[in-house]
Amino acid sequence: MSVLVNKDTKIIVQGFTGAQGTLHAKNCLAYEGTQIAGGVTPGKGGSLHLDKPVFNTVRDAVYNTGADCSLIFVPPPFAADAILEAIESEIRLVICITEGIPVNDMIAVAAALKGSKSRLVGPNCPGVITPGQCKVGIMPGHIHRAGKVGVVSRSGTLTYETVAQLNANGFGQSTCIGIGGDPINGTNFIDCLRMFQDDPGTEAIAMIGEIGGNAEEEAAEFIKEYVKKPMVSYITGQTAPPGRRMGHAGAIVSGSGGSAESKISALTKAGVLVAQTAAEIGNCMSEVYKP
Amino acid sequence: MKIHEYQAKAIIAKYGVNVPKGHVAKTVEDALTQAAKLEGEVKVVKAQIHAGGRGKGGGVKVSKGTEAVKANATAILGMQLVTHQTGPEGQKVRTVLVEEGMDIKTELYFSVLVDRASKQVVLLASTEGGMDIEEVAAHTPEKILKEYVNPVIGLRPYQTSRLAFGLGLDKFGPKVLRQAHGFFSGLYNAFMAEGCDLLEINPMIVTGDERLLALDCKMSFDSNALYRHPETLALRDLDEEDPAEVEASNHDLNFIKLDGKIGCMVNGAGLAMASMDILATYGGSPANFLDVGGTADENRVENAFRIITQDPNVNCILINIFGGIVRCDIIANGVVQAFKKVSLKIPVVVRLEGTNAELAHEIITQSGLGNKLIMVDGFGPAARKAVELSTHQG
Repeated sequence: MSVLVNKDTKIIVQGFTGAQGTLHAKNCLAYEGTQIAGGVTPGKGGSLHLDKPVFNTVRDAVYNTGADCSLIFVPPPFAADAILEAIESEIRLVICITEGIPVNDMIAVAAALKGSKSRLVGPNCPGVITPGQCKVGIMPGHIHRAGKVGVVSRSGTLTYETVAQLNANGFGQSTCIGIGGDPINGTNFIDCLRMFQDDPGTEAIAMIGEIGGNAEEEAAEFIKEYVKKPMVSYITGQTAPPGRRMGHAGAIVSGSGGSAESKISALTKAGVLVAQTAAEIGNCMSEVYKP
Repeated sequence: MKIHEYQAKAIIAKYGVNVPKGHVAKTVEDALTQAAKLEGEVKVVKAQIHAGGRGKGGGVKVSKGTEAVKANATAILGMQLVTHQTGPEGQKVRTVLVEEGMDIKTELYFSVLVDRASKQVVLLASTEGGMDIEEVAAHTPEKILKEYVNPVIGLRPYQTSRLAFGLGLDKFGPKVLRQAHGFFSGLYNAFMAEGCDLLEINPMIVTGDERLLALDCKMSFDSNALYRHPETLALRDLDEEDPAEVEASNHDLNFIKLDGKIGCMVNGAGLAMASMDILATYGGSPANFLDVGGTADENRVENAFRIITQDPNVNCILINIFGGIVRCDIIANGVVQAFKKVSLKIPVVVRLEGTNAELAHEIITQSGLGNKLIMVDGFGPAARKAVELSTHQG
C-alpha cells in the first residue's frame, strides 16, 4: 500500500519536451512500473516525444490518455498557468517541480484549488515516489527501498539523506512526499500525515521540516489529535541567521516567527521524537519503530 | 530584495499615499541645500541603510535650524550605524534623507504581507505605532487588527473602513477618516502591482493639520517576481550587501556569509542548513550557507571554492553532497580541478553519496591530493571530522 501514487497512476508531463521535462520523464519511465502516458507542450501537439504522444493542451492530453496525474516542469513565469490548466482539467494529482514561482501567482493557484477536484504537491519540490511502483519527480529512484515508513519533507536532498538513513537502519518507505520549500504550497504536512495515518501500508512516519512559517506547529497540533503511528522528525535551519532566506523562498525566520526552537518544542510536546542532528534521523526511527 | 526608505516612499507616493516632503543627499553641503528647499524650521535627517532600528542607533535626528541640520548630517553621513539588525560592525551610511518635520498627533502601525497559513494577502494595523510589531504581537495580540484579502474579490472598502474605525481614526475628525481608504488601498495596490513581499509603514501618523502620512516605509520584493519588474532591479544597492554574497549571486550560487570557521559546500537548501546545524552541535562553527544547486558543474564548484576561501576565518571546508540530479563524479572533478587552481592550504573533508558516488571516490583517490582532500563516509562522521580539523587549526 501507499499514498498518492502507485503502479496504476497515469502521468502526463507538462513541459514535456523541454530539457528538464525530457531528462526527468526519461528517468521516471525507467523507474519500475511508472506509467507516463504522454505530455503537453503547446505548439508541439501531434508529435511523439520519448515514444509518447505530445498534446497542445492538458484537456486534450487527459481526454486522450485518461491520465490522473500531472508532473510539471514549466519555467517559473508560466508555471502557475500550467497548474491552473491542470486544475481546470480536473486532474486528481498535480505535482509541480518548478522553483521560483512568484508568491502572488501561488495565491491565485491556492484560490483555484479550493473546492476543485485536484490536489497540488509542491511547487519547488522533488515530487512523490512510491518505491518499487512509481516515481513522479526528480528524486534518484535507486536510493529508495519499498517498505512501511512514510516520509514527508519540505526539502529535497534532506529527504534523500533521510531515505538513505532509513535504508541503513533496515526501513523501506511506503511513499515519500516532497511538499516543497515555498511559502505557499498545495499540500501541507497535515494532509500528508492524515494520508499516512489512514494508509494501512504505512506503519511509521518521518517528517522533515525547516525554519519559516508555522506549518510544523500546526502539524504538531494535528498529530496530538490524529496520528497514532510512531513518528520521528528533524527541523533544519537551527543555526540560520534571522531575517535571511536560506535558499528556499519559505525558509526564513522573521522576528520571533518560524524558528527551529518553536517547531522542535511543539513536535516534542506532541510526542514526536525529534532528531538532534540530521545524521540521527535513521537511528531515531529505530528507537520509536520496532516492526 | 530590500530598498531604501526614500526609494520606497517615492513608489508609494505614486499610489496616492501621502509622505512627508523630503530630499536625499550624499554630502553635508547637499543636505543643507536640500533642507533649504523645505518649509518650516524643523527638519529630520535620516540615515538611509536597509537595516531597521535606525532611530535607536542614532541614525535619525530631529534638527531645529540650519546649524542642527549641518551638525546632524555631518555626524550621520559616513558613520558606521549599528542597529539590532546590522550586526556589531554596523552599516556605513552613504545617503541621508532630509525631510520636513511633522506635527505628530499620533503614531500608528500598518503593513501588508503574505499570510502563509491562509494563503492570502493580509493587512495588519495597530494603534501601537513606532513599536516593534513582534513585541506587540507577543504581548498584546488583541491590539493587532487584521484584514485578509480574498484574491478573487480584492480589497473592499468595508475592510479599510473596519481598519480605520478599529484604529480610532474617527476621533481625529472626518477629514482624517476620509483619507483612510485611499491610504490603505494605495498601499495594498502598491504591494500587489510592484511584486512586494513586505510593505510596512511604522509609524503612520496623524498630524495636527489632520493629515494621514507614512512617516517611515519599509518595502521588500519577492525575488521570484523581480523578472516582471526590471525597474525595481535598478533600485538594488550593492553597498548594502556582503561583497561575497554579491559575487556568489553573480555565479547563481545561493550563499549566505556567517561568522564561523568551517566553510560549507552542500547541494540543496535543506541539507545545507542541516550541515550548518550539525557542525554547531558538534562544537564547530559554520562560516557560510552554500547551496551549489541541482545543476552544479565543475565551474560552479570552482566558483564556490573561490568564494568560500576568500574568507580569512575559514580554516577547513566541509563538502556534503547527496547526489540526486547532481552527479557525484562531476562534483569530484570540480573539487580536484578547483584544488589545483585555487591552491588550497586548508583541509577539505568530502562526503559524497548517491548518484555515481563510487566513481567520485575513485577520482578523488587518484588525484594525489589525499593529504588535503579527506574522504569520509556518512553525514555525521564527515561533520565530526571537519569539526576536529577546524579545532586543531585553531
